[in-house]
Amino acid sequence: MSTFRSAVVTFPGSNCDRDMAVAIEQVCGGEVLRVWHGDAELPSGLDFIALPGGFSYGDYLRSGAMAARSPIMQAIVDAAGRGVPVLGVCNGFQVLTESGLLPGALMRNAGIRFVCRDARLAVENAQSVFTAGWRQGEEIVIPVAHHDGNFFADDATLDRLEGEGRVAFRYCDQVNGSARQIAGVLNDAGNVLGMMPHPERAIEKAQGGSDGRKLFESVMNALASA
Amino acid sequence: MKVRVHVSLKPGVLDPQGRAIHHSLEGLGFSGVNDVRQGKLIELDVDEGVTDEALDEMCRKLLANMVIENYRVERVAQKEASE
Repeated sequence: MSTFRSAVVTFPGSNCDRDMAVAIEQVCGGEVLRVWHGDAELPSGLDFIALPGGFSYGDYLRSGAMAARSPIMQAIVDAAGRGVPVLGVCNGFQVLTESGLLPGALMRNAGIRFVCRDARLAVENAQSVFTAGWRQGEEIVIPVAHHDGNFFADDATLDRLEGEGRVAFRYCDQVNGSARQIAGVLNDAGNVLGMMPHPERAIEKAQGGSDGRKLFESVMNALASA
Repeated sequence: MKVRVHVSLKPGVLDPQGRAIHHSLEGLGFSGVNDVRQGKLIELDVDEGVTDEALDEMCRKLLANMVIENYRVERVAQKEASE
C-alpha cells in the first residue's frame, strides 16, 4: 500500500484543524496535507479528507453556511462523488449538511447552552469505512463541544436514514435535542460521515480516552483492504 | 430597489431561542404571549432588473436553509424604502 495521503481543510475560524491533523498523523501516519478554504483544488490522490471543528466565517447566517459555499467545497463535493472518504466533525458536520452532501440540518441546542463534555455514543452502523473497527451497538465515549448540534430532519428523511443504516452514531443520553438522538450520519454511498462528537480529541489516554482512534484506524484499514 | 427577505423556521421545527425569548418576556411580567418564533430579516438592495426567479434562487441557494426554514420575498416600494 502506498503512503496514506490525507487532507485537513482549514476555514477562517477552524480551531480543531491542528488536532485533526495530529490525530490522523498519529493513527494513520502518511502525509497529512493542509488545505485552505480559498483553494479551488484539492491535492491529487487523496485517500481521506477531513473538515474540522471550530467555526467558519464567523458562522454568519447559519453555522457552516458560508463555508459550504467557499471555493474548496466544490472540489470536496467532486471528491466525495468519486468515493473519497470525507469526514466532517462538529462545524465540519454543519458544513456538510449546508453543502448538501449530508441530509438534515444542525440547529441551536435544545437547551440553548453550549455543551462541552464527554458523550456516550452507541455505534449504530459498524459496517462503514469509518466505523468498521467497532462492534455493532458498541458503546463508546467521545467528547462533544458545540452550540449548534441539534440534528433535525423531517420524519420521512429520518425514517429513510434509519432504514438505510445511515445513522452511524446515536447519543446514549440526550445531549442537545437531536432528533432520535442522532449524533452522526452517513451519505447514501457511505463515504461521507458527519458527526458532532470529536473523535480527534480522543486518540490517546492523556486526552481522557482513546475511543476515537478506531474511526481513523477504520478508514486506514478500509483503504488497505480496498 | 430594496428587497426584504423574511426567513422563518418551518412550522413544527423547534425554536429554542424563541422559547427562551418567550420565557424572558414572561419573566418581565408580560402576559398573554402565547408563542414566540425567532426569524431573520435580510435586506437587499438590488438592480431593477433582478428577477423574482433570481431572488428565489438566492433564497434557496443561500439565504434560507430549506430543510428547516421558509422564506418570503418582499419588494419594497421606493417611497416606503426611503422613509
